[in-house]
Amino acid sequence: MSEELPQTLRTTPLTDVHRKLGARLVPFAGWNMPIQYAGVVTEHLCVREKVGLFDVSHMGEIDIKGKDAQRFLQYLLSNDIEKMTDGSILYTLMCYEGGGVVDDLLIHRFSEDHYFLCVNASNTDKDYAWIKKNATSFDVTTKNTSAATAQLALQGPRAEEVLQPLFDISLHDLPYYHFKRGKVHNVEGIVSRTGYTGEDGFELYLPQGDVRQVFCALIRQGEPCGIQPIGLGARDTLRLEMGYALYGQEIDAESSPLEADLGWVVKFKKGKFIGSEPLLKQKEEGLLRKLVGLRLLTRGVPREHYRVLADGKPVGEVTSGTFSPSLNIGIGLCYVPSEHSITGARLEVEIRNQLIPAEVVKLPFVPSHVKK
Amino acid sequence: MEIQKDLLYTMEHEWIRLKGNRAVVGVSDFAQKQLGDVVFVELPTEGTELVKENTFGVVESVKTVSDVYAPLSGRVVAVNKDLETQPDLVNSDPYGKGWMIEIEVTDSSPEDGLMNSEKYTELCQQQG
Repeated sequence: MSEELPQTLRTTPLTDVHRKLGARLVPFAGWNMPIQYAGVVTEHLCVREKVGLFDVSHMGEIDIKGKDAQRFLQYLLSNDIEKMTDGSILYTLMCYEGGGVVDDLLIHRFSEDHYFLCVNASNTDKDYAWIKKNATSFDVTTKNTSAATAQLALQGPRAEEVLQPLFDISLHDLPYYHFKRGKVHNVEGIVSRTGYTGEDGFELYLPQGDVRQVFCALIRQGEPCGIQPIGLGARDTLRLEMGYALYGQEIDAESSPLEADLGWVVKFKKGKFIGSEPLLKQKEEGLLRKLVGLRLLTRGVPREHYRVLADGKPVGEVTSGTFSPSLNIGIGLCYVPSEHSITGARLEVEIRNQLIPAEVVKLPFVPSHVKK
Repeated sequence: MEIQKDLLYTMEHEWIRLKGNRAVVGVSDFAQKQLGDVVFVELPTEGTELVKENTFGVVESVKTVSDVYAPLSGRVVAVNKDLETQPDLVNSDPYGKGWMIEIEVTDSSPEDGLMNSEKYTELCQQQG
């Protein structure tokens, strides 16, 4: 395996640990990240059945504080920030004036005038520039804390069992989409009950300098439970089985949150926010296309950009696709014209000059086990 | 990583077990590691005529699609049907139960352009 990296690739504090664990490292969003260790299918099933630990330190964190923080964020983001309480978290979009998506992110509320955002690795610099630009007329200070912050995700039915002995606060009392500050293996950090897999689990925000010992402690603690380190390959198959969007594939600057089936985090009733006017207009006019889940009916793997046909005519392209390790069938997401978006509608995916039959299914493809 | 000494290899990481005018073909341990978990293998039907260096099939893993190339010209006389239900044999036993096709070779000098295990080891070290 070539050890030379292009100068521009960034690394997390855990690179040598990943190598020791047998990871294959590949460039992702400008970072050198583990794509797999034991294998995508093994890792995927480990998260669904036991517990897995991810290094997601490439993700970005942005801190927002000040008298006008709530008012600013209510204007900046699509979801209703005023509904938050101390320790709560919301999934939300951040839109451009035209209604397209800057990023999808999680907002965490420390207090009414103090929040932090967790944003996509590929968008961190862009998001921070966008936030600063829009914050000028508000009494807020914004800080990109990504460089100092590492992040781990512990996901699976046995996640709580593994984390509790190392965390000084009761996880049993930590509801879904809430977070607490405390000590993990004696390291000060934030633990949230969130994730990108559809299983119960946690995301841990820790200082860069201390994440290594926490990662290793979790691996040791989790051994009797069958814990495995999990790479980005399985992270993608897990989120796809849940139908979760990935920025750059299902959503981007040109796409509409409403067409992407994310209308549930777009709260028009709260008042004007960046992008609300064109989106409201689109809602009133009706959606021309919708993002749907496709399940193949015979063998084959739908992949990004493969053409999708209805009645023999091309109607769209796969935005994300994979072989589902849980279902043993090909699955994918795709925008189709609204008339073809009904559950059960029959479509075809073009795979290497063959038309493979597929049907529109309700999401998620496999049941979610988050602790709501 | 395993490289079997009695086989011949191609630049594309296929292996060949050549006996007289019959060749059994598969992909190497290096290849299966690069591919990851194999989920589908598309192979030609018996009787198909293959042309050296043209693709004869496709190996799909969860994350990638890879063409497999005919190392020799000839007619397909056998296809490993086990790979339809157990594509993971390519990962677990690439030189044995993960074999893909058997060819009745028509090349007059079949070993031309194929590597022995020493040359293949060098190639893997360069690429690894």
